[in-house]
Amino acid sequence: MPDDPHHDVPEAAPSNERVEPSTEPAAPTGESTTETGQRNQPTERWQLGRTHRKVDAMERMRGITRYTDDLKLPGMLHGKIKRSPHAHARIVSIDTRRAEAMEGVFGVVTGREFPIPYGIIPWTPDENALAVEKVLHVGDGVAAVAAIDEDTAIEALDAIDVEYEVLPALFDPEEALASDVQINPYSKKGNLSKKVLLEFGDVEENLERADLVIEGEYFFEGTTHAAIEPHCALAHVERGGSAGDDGLLTVWSATQVSHYLHRELSKVLGVPAHRIRVLQPPLGGAFGGKSEPFDLEFCVAKLAMKTGRPVKILYTREEVFYSHRGRHPMRMKYRTGLTRDGKITAVDAKTILDGGAYSSFGLVTTYYSGQLLCSPYTFGSYRFHSRRAYTNKPACGPKRGHGSVQPRFALEVQLDKAAVALGLDPIELRRRNDMGAHSTTVNEFSIGSNGFLECLRRVEEASGWPQRRPSLPYGAGLGIAGSTYISGTNYPIYPNEMPQAAVQVCLDRSGRARVFSGANDIGQGSNTMLAVIVSEELGLPLEDIRVLSADTDLCPVDLGAYSSRITLMVGNACLEAARRLRTKVRGAVARRWEVSRRRVTLAQRKAIDIEDPDRHVDLAQAFQWAEEDHGLLGEVGSYDTPKDRHGDYRGGTIGASPAYSFTAHVAEVEVDEQTGVVDVKTIWVAHDCGRALSRRIVEGQMEGSAYMGFGEAIMEQHVVDPAHRGVHPAPSLLDYRIPTFLDTPELHALIVEAPDPQGPYGAKEAGEGPLHPSIPAIANAIYDAVGVRMDELPFTPPRVLAAIEARRAREAAGEIQPHKGTARRTA
Amino acid sequence: MSSPVPATLLSARINGRSVQVAVQPHHTLLEVLRYQLDLIGSKQGCDKGDCGACTVQIDGEPQLACLTLAVHAEGRDVTTVEGLGDAHHGVHPLQDAFDRWDAAQCGFCTPGILMSAESLLRKAGRAVTPDEVRHALAGNLCRCTGYTKIIDAVVDASERMAPDAASSSTPEPSAP
Repeated sequence: MPDDPHHDVPEAAPSNERVEPSTEPAAPTGESTTETGQRNQPTERWQLGRTHRKVDAMERMRGITRYTDDLKLPGMLHGKIKRSPHAHARIVSIDTRRAEAMEGVFGVVTGREFPIPYGIIPWTPDENALAVEKVLHVGDGVAAVAAIDEDTAIEALDAIDVEYEVLPALFDPEEALASDVQINPYSKKGNLSKKVLLEFGDVEENLERADLVIEGEYFFEGTTHAAIEPHCALAHVERGGSAGDDGLLTVWSATQVSHYLHRELSKVLGVPAHRIRVLQPPLGGAFGGKSEPFDLEFCVAKLAMKTGRPVKILYTREEVFYSHRGRHPMRMKYRTGLTRDGKITAVDAKTILDGGAYSSFGLVTTYYSGQLLCSPYTFGSYRFHSRRAYTNKPACGPKRGHGSVQPRFALEVQLDKAAVALGLDPIELRRRNDMGAHSTTVNEFSIGSNGFLECLRRVEEASGWPQRRPSLPYGAGLGIAGSTYISGTNYPIYPNEMPQAAVQVCLDRSGRARVFSGANDIGQGSNTMLAVIVSEELGLPLEDIRVLSADTDLCPVDLGAYSSRITLMVGNACLEAARRLRTKVRGAVARRWEVSRRRVTLAQRKAIDIEDPDRHVDLAQAFQWAEEDHGLLGEVGSYDTPKDRHGDYRGGTIGASPAYSFTAHVAEVEVDEQTGVVDVKTIWVAHDCGRALSRRIVEGQMEGSAYMGFGEAIMEQHVVDPAHRGVHPAPSLLDYRIPTFLDTPELHALIVEAPDPQGPYGAKEAGEGPLHPSIPAIANAIYDAVGVRMDELPFTPPRVLAAIEARRAREAAGEIQPHKGTARRTA
Repeated sequence: MSSPVPATLLSARINGRSVQVAVQPHHTLLEVLRYQLDLIGSKQGCDKGDCGACTVQIDGEPQLACLTLAVHAEGRDVTTVEGLGDAHHGVHPLQDAFDRWDAAQCGFCTPGILMSAESLLRKAGRAVTPDEVRHALAGNLCRCTGYTKIIDAVVDASERMAPDAASSSTPEPSAP
């Protein structure tokens, strides 16, 4: 079918040379005016790569979208969870009798009713829905109530009497690893949650022989997601009728992983999965913070089962902070060996992860802290040794750029230090180590398309790096950093041979498509991505496509919104289903026109004869012809990952992806030498997403990522205070500072496209990769501005000022030259 | 069941309609809007005045509904995001611009941002600058967008609504 562009894909010869078109492909109207059907010319893509109005955005703008807390059912009760005031304590007794006797209280549950432990990773089930014998951090849930209204539920919590025996609490991961006090009762190795040691090549020998060895110790502070929508869940049990006497449990939850929630609810509640339905209503942000089950989902379900009435729980903002699952604090020791001309010969990393009280995704995080570092640069040899410790803190988990944002910070600062030591331009040093497309990393992952050099070129050019950087005065600086990220992982969380993604597409005689997908749209626009693919293949405008997602009764299984898997995996599944339908519709039209199928294309709500564009028919008619020929028009597509692109060693599958994205940032900062305040003026972010299916959505992911990294660099700190027995000092959106409109730098998103044969139309991820370089690019810019290395996050004014003063003292003692020589401003 | 104090009757105009509703004196305007009147467009992100997702307008001024007791709205005009498009055939130019620019990702902060932005544009009565937008919206947090597209959308809407631009682009009538 040479005349039809829709069957060229996957692109035969991916390259890293493709750059974005210089002009915007369409005005931001969501409409396309592309002409199709030039005689004997391949038709243009009529939707792909344009800007679109999202399929579900206008309802959000008008305030009529119903998020989970906007749902209300007849007879609905309000639930609340009583939480521990202690960081570590044995529960001596819980007396719920006073609460149960209160007017307006319908049900109370405690940990005794949740004896089965769960965990998002099947090998580490180490938490209970409510504490059974011990509480492991301040804010751990101990009991839950369902009452007629929220006020009554809050009063009922006060009427639950819990007697605790306070135990020693451990807040430092190294102390925890050395202690005999075991925090998590399910742990098999004391307070060691996970240990990984992997070595590729002879690191010690290469370090020995290196012309330059850079050694550094880095600390990445914990940060949290702070999605504006707090977690919320609602459950209801229907009995009788088709639900039978046992009933059907329905749970609506603000989750980004409906399928895993479905599985864990079944396990913990002892209810067969086929009697549970999980729905994810439109979601108010997640960033990894809603990617595993939380206590409220089990509690609403259990309370609904006990009371026979619908039950809803909405976390307070304080509960969101204590539930956490955010970025792990990591202390990282790095040694990097290089040749005189800047080639990386060895990287040696030793990392301690502060995991908090539960495993969460920690097994994976521990691997990711090393496994995701081996691109875009060629390492001559590599070793990492990572240990994750349990501590008496809210558990850490996955936050945007899971496990790899922290080591990326360390590595990219190491490279900047090396460039200074070798007298090389830091962009040039990165170029010299670029591994290129179709290569293999030192830890044996197969890299496909690779647009990293183009990313470097774009930020170098856009920032005016070559001219401006040498001329910026003391106090102003530019910094560079690069990174890579996965487009989903080749192996699912629980081992199975089934597809990772499946989509069903149905056409009906009115000329409309319905798309059923288990994927979770969490604001990243995955519903629109699916509609764009169906639109491209079937010729329907987006408004004729209805996407129904994340309902375990209606939709095929999908694993959820994590690890940046949706565009590649669910997109491929959707493309397969849509192409099967496309073939049927084109065939039906061709039959009636008595031409070959390849002469028929579908675009602009029409079936069009490519060789005689004046001949066309409405798609509704075309669908009716196809339905006459084939019966009801529904097709499924599924996608499974390649299983030959990872390392042949224990752990070699973890972090292996079908395709990798690449990113480069340049950050421009001004540092006030009097106050230590760092003003990040601009971030240029170039990201290779393979192929931008919808440009503005991709830009939004890049800008949002750069923003989030900026916040982590400059102001965010998710900590608990050991001096106050493990209480979070700032569990609010005022005190846990996130960037406002006024704080956020100018963000310039530069899309780079190196299509990958594994992705739909070549597409790779865009949601997490573009965060990584923000933090080291800012650190490196601070060095360029004032000559100090910021190896601990965040770069707060006291830290920056202390570093500037320490440097001044060394300059005064004659140990080092003033930074930027005479260009230095006077105080 | 806790009803320590009797309810009071609140009379207010909400999105242009007279409303009478029995409210608990300790309940906030946000609770009454969302859970009693089913005006779910105003969002609860923090319930303590930090995030701005609950921003509504009282007598035309942006206010945090989560920090305003419901009884405070007695006799006043309250506008929520549901009423924003009323004078514009259902869709305010700001809402249209947000849609075109993809200025809402998850959309949870959007209603509050729209109510702050409408006040800025109405008072300015002309095209606004990105810096004016940043200052006017500094009390509204967004965690998805990095703010860039929101600033673009508000500036775009203000240009389309400005009196001298009325003929060129926007089909909607200009703001009051």
